[in-house]
Amino acid sequence: MTLHPILAALKKHKAGVILITLQIALTLAIVCNAVFIISQRVDRIHRPTGLDEANLFQVNQLWVNAPTGNDQASIDKLDAMQRADVEILRQLPDVESAVAINSLPLSGNNWSGGIRLKPDQKTSTAHASFYFGGWQMVHVLGLQLIAGRDFTATDQRHRGFREKTVPPVVIVSKALADALFPNGDAVGKSIYMNNDVPPSTIIGVVARMQTPTIASWAKDFAFNTILIPARMDANFSGYAVRAKPGRLEAAMREAPRALFAANPMRVIETSGDYEDRTVHSFAEIRAYAYRADRGMAILMGVICVILLCVTGAGIVGLTSFWVGQRRKQIGIRRALGATQRDILRYFQTENLLIAGAGVVLGAILAVGLNLWLMKQFAMDRMSLAYVLVGILVLLLLGQGAVFAPARRASKVSPVEATRSV
Amino acid sequence: MFAYYLDLALRSLKRNKVLTALMVLAIAVGIGASMTTLTVLHVLSGDPLPGKSGELYYPQIDPQDARGMMPGTLPPEQVTLIDGMNLLRAKRADRQALMEGGAVPIQPDSSAFDPFYVEARYTTADFFAMFDAPFRYGHGWSGADDEAHARDVVITRQLDDKLFNGADSTGRALRIGGSTFRIVGVLDDWRPNPHFYDLGTGSYDYYEQVFMPLQTALELHFDRNGSVDCWGNGTGGQEGSAYPSPTCAWLQFWVELDSPAKAAAYKQFLIHYSEEQKTLGRFVRAPNVQLRDLMQWLDYNDVVPSDVRLQAWLAFGFLLVCLVNTVGLMLAKFMRRSGELSVRRALGASRRALFAQLLTESGVIGIAGGAGGLLLALLGLWLVRRRPSDYAALAHLDPEMLAVTFALALGASLLAGILPAWRACNVSPALQLKSQ
Repeated sequence: MTLHPILAALKKHKAGVILITLQIALTLAIVCNAVFIISQRVDRIHRPTGLDEANLFQVNQLWVNAPTGNDQASIDKLDAMQRADVEILRQLPDVESAVAINSLPLSGNNWSGGIRLKPDQKTSTAHASFYFGGWQMVHVLGLQLIAGRDFTATDQRHRGFREKTVPPVVIVSKALADALFPNGDAVGKSIYMNNDVPPSTIIGVVARMQTPTIASWAKDFAFNTILIPARMDANFSGYAVRAKPGRLEAAMREAPRALFAANPMRVIETSGDYEDRTVHSFAEIRAYAYRADRGMAILMGVICVILLCVTGAGIVGLTSFWVGQRRKQIGIRRALGATQRDILRYFQTENLLIAGAGVVLGAILAVGLNLWLMKQFAMDRMSLAYVLVGILVLLLLGQGAVFAPARRASKVSPVEATRSV
Repeated sequence: MFAYYLDLALRSLKRNKVLTALMVLAIAVGIGASMTTLTVLHVLSGDPLPGKSGELYYPQIDPQDARGMMPGTLPPEQVTLIDGMNLLRAKRADRQALMEGGAVPIQPDSSAFDPFYVEARYTTADFFAMFDAPFRYGHGWSGADDEAHARDVVITRQLDDKLFNGADSTGRALRIGGSTFRIVGVLDDWRPNPHFYDLGTGSYDYYEQVFMPLQTALELHFDRNGSVDCWGNGTGGQEGSAYPSPTCAWLQFWVELDSPAKAAAYKQFLIHYSEEQKTLGRFVRAPNVQLRDLMQWLDYNDVVPSDVRLQAWLAFGFLLVCLVNTVGLMLAKFMRRSGELSVRRALGASRRALFAQLLTESGVIGIAGGAGGLLLALLGLWLVRRRPSDYAALAHLDPEMLAVTFALALGASLLAGILPAWRACNVSPALQLKSQ
């Protein structure tokens, strides 16, 4: 079969051909970029925090009429209240371990600062988020210690929320250790946090721990974290609790009840969105943190599907029209000996030509759109694999869409050749 | 004539129901998707105080130390307590207010309620008049009350409903954080979106329920919220105080200036103030001031989430594909009727008449597509509202966007009809009739 008659026929329908080519090109460009955005969001949603997330939950609560926390006596009082709470949580039958900690990865409650290697350094070497809590943090959160030692009870300190005290020892995440000491010898080194003097000593390194925030301004230090063995004393407190395997729900029900029983002068909300003053499993914290990304991925997915349907419908519509218009010519070809298969092939090849031109133009548009998005929305570069898969999908879509009208064309009887109109 | 074209259009559309449905659907889907995202964008980038926003300015000065100083650095986004009070007391603007967000425990007298926390705003007298906050009962407090650390409080209608069943509660007492306050005013519904005057506490869907004089709140050590920017030896909390140190910027300062000339003069005043403070030794850097108006301030802070902007662009791309699709289908439809159109031409209809007839037909498709698009947009917005993001609840179609929907649908379909109609009425009638 030669292409010449097909090209000659297409020349008679320039406007229609250009439109359908344009439509396929635009669809390819948009779908490729949308799928790329989806895959990026899905990767982001599933990246591990470094915590052993199963069976973990967080209790955030607020005391009503608590001591002010502005003098040592009231700070000590707040610390005693906090220790009592942790003890109550530890005693629960469904709880394996519990620890006071001011925040958790993805919880949104971020405290971060610059880290310096020398006290008089003008700009900080790296930025990191701080976690303040009990010395058992590494164990309760299920972090993986890869160098140095864990905290012990003797490292434990406590501090008022607004106090400016420096912890003598800290554990850092590997990402931060690498940023500060690229030679991999962070353990035993001293660092200066914020404007604090004297320095703190790194005693251990954990494999991975994410910061509490996933906001874009914090993405450069997403895994730079410092664990500080000092309980934060304020009129609010947070606890990370590990339930016994399979007992998460029971433990989450018991925890606020037991805390209220010991001291009713507090606020803990047990339902609603993730916020301060709530009890939530880590799975819920994760789902809440990434809700915008999930919504974006779903929206992009829906748009891709609708767009492909619209383009498919457009091809069906236009080809149907062409078939209707050429009934007489098809009849003549049939009368002259063309088989049904030949007619089918004709329309399929015609579509392949149009779609082929469309995807070539679309591939250029897709890369261009990606470059524009990189500039406007700080997106990453799209791998060409997306474009290649997109090309394949659109060519298949074209063939699928053209099949029904082409089959109808192949059914045209040779008698049509003798009829006028 | 138009009625006749309309009749012809409806007949023609009825003849090929599948193609017509495809065209209407394509327009509807394109319009529905773009209207959904445009409405969200419109709601989020809207002017929180129409008519007033051009007169509100957010002054910024630079009291930071020399460390990390580089040419072109921007001044901090908030002011220190000292500078805030100095600028407030200078009274160089028509109105000015210094403010900070916080949370306070409300201790109702009635035993029906346990103590509960509400978001609060600690501010100064001009706040209400400056931001056009409507009062249901009573009024705000005066500048003298500010200086006297008066135990005055303005509550929202929502809190008034909760505590006093919506009755006029002005003059009544309210226990807040262990102190007794006198309610001087009850605000009517007032929810500026975005929460422009303090973006640090959340841009959308964040509302205070209690407003009290700043100096009263500071005296009572009420909890504060929001970002703190410190330099030198400053820390977010000083020992023995609930508030950041003097080398921290943590309050928002707004001024009202009703003419550009006054705004220019105020900027000069800020420069003079910076120079004066430098002479006094408080400031180290050369004067570095900014005076943005409300909308510029929102723009500078990128208040509209970038996801929403991305979605709006995506929706426009989507509309473009649907439009191209419709042009193709209309072309197919109109060209198929070459025979019929040739007969009309032969019988004396002018090209202009045919063109009008065909555009009427695409207009009908546009209106049907617009109606379908509206339904899809309502469905889309309903889906957006079900999404748990902080701005989702605001996504409603207003009359303005409703009109835009129809204008866009009609415009898009007429645009889609022009090329096919022009091509169709250029068919040479003699040739067409002969070939049949």
